[in-house]
Amino acid sequence: MSVEHESFKPTIVAFCCNWCSYAGADLAGSGRMQYPANVKIIKVPCSCRVNPTFVLRAFQRGADGVIMCGCHPGDCHYSTGNYYTRRRMTMLFDFLDFLGIERGRTRVEWVSAAEGARFASVMNDFVKNVTELGPNRKITDLRTKPEHKEGE
Amino acid sequence: MQKVAEIAQKRAIQLLNQGVVNRVIGWKKGEFGYDETPAVFTTAAGIEDFRYDVFSAPNLSKYLIDESKKEGKILAFLKPCDTYSFNQLIKEHRVNRDNVYIIGIECGGMADINTIRNRGAAGVTDVADNGQTVIAHTLYGDVTFDKNEVLLEKCQACKGKKHVIFDELIVVNPQDDEPKNRFAGVEAIENMTPEERFAFWREQLSKCIRCNACRNVCPACSCLQCVFDNPRSGVASKASPDTFEEQLYHIIRAFHVAGRCTDCGECSRVCPQDIPLHLLNRKFIKDMNAFYGEYKAGEDSETRPPLVNFSKDDAEPSVISDKGGDK
Repeated sequence: MSVEHESFKPTIVAFCCNWCSYAGADLAGSGRMQYPANVKIIKVPCSCRVNPTFVLRAFQRGADGVIMCGCHPGDCHYSTGNYYTRRRMTMLFDFLDFLGIERGRTRVEWVSAAEGARFASVMNDFVKNVTELGPNRKITDLRTKPEHKEGE
Repeated sequence: MQKVAEIAQKRAIQLLNQGVVNRVIGWKKGEFGYDETPAVFTTAAGIEDFRYDVFSAPNLSKYLIDESKKEGKILAFLKPCDTYSFNQLIKEHRVNRDNVYIIGIECGGMADINTIRNRGAAGVTDVADNGQTVIAHTLYGDVTFDKNEVLLEKCQACKGKKHVIFDELIVVNPQDDEPKNRFAGVEAIENMTPEERFAFWREQLSKCIRCNACRNVCPACSCLQCVFDNPRSGVASKASPDTFEEQLYHIIRAFHVAGRCTDCGECSRVCPQDIPLHLLNRKFIKDMNAFYGEYKAGEDSETRPPLVNFSKDDAEPSVISDKGGDK
């Protein structure tokens, strides 16, 4: 069983805003900084474009962790978008915690276009935390989990 | 209560005859003596059916979205908590205030027929309100209850007896205006471990039959097109085949009314499966009060709700883990 646990590679969905975090991810790539390949990046125009349904859908379709990345507060390309994100996601993630879904599976981080190294370290840290939590079984469609696929 | 109902009835007839309003929305007797249903009266003779007692719990504000767009003025009887919903709807430009004549009506708390039944009154035929006590007439004789013991959940956590919007008031016995602690239930769950919380909600939400009653009754759920009616969403108007869909429905619904929910408690009242849905809404209210300052949705019709507002020094999302979330 322990072998199985060690081989667990979480699926991470990262919502990155077009202007800061996505460029930060780009910089991490061109700077050859290592971060796990199981982070799947979804580019959004602004972090406040992310509807809570997106986060839940990601979990439904098999994500083990969801991370939201946006510009630092005050640096939003659209001036105020990430201030709304900050309130919304504080509320949503605390609410998921209230429903018993581990707080470690969700995170909000501010990553600017110049912070390639920070992007890589945030992702490394987040993947490590989610790996420790194990597969997400609380808020998901269990049919997306490999062992269930094999069963059918 | 009897007296309040009589005054309300007389006043409604008066306003109809004077031509101030051309119809009245209130409550009438349902099939039994304990299921008063909302009704629109258009004639003075019809108002004979008007009932206002401990079972007139339905919040009439939501009906005014449609009713206020029709021709002529409508008279609406609103209880204190209903006036909060109405104010919130004005803020969202969903009702036409000019077309509604509001009479704020005294409320001494509404009774829950299920509690009365569970406390040993079988075969209830009718219920009479006696101020401090409630007398259930049953097939096997009368049973008397202390009113405070059989109140609806939303009335046990009453947020005050003040009407926040009205054209005139009918208050015979001014009620104690002390707001009660609404967050005890939320705190109890917060103090559980994540596993216990998950088990609690798993048990509650798995009872959901997706009848959509909570959505349909909710004054904050007034979108013209609802995401859950979208046939391509995969969650439209059907029983939920897996646990995820139950979670999705309730999380999204609670999130969507967050900051706009006046905590009128109708969702829990109408739930045929007795899911404590008010706890979801109150969790959001409690969090918003803690992070973004005290805010009571519907207290006025101008201020911006917390989730469509921000300040530059808001708490970072990591506060939740810092204050002792599980990770």
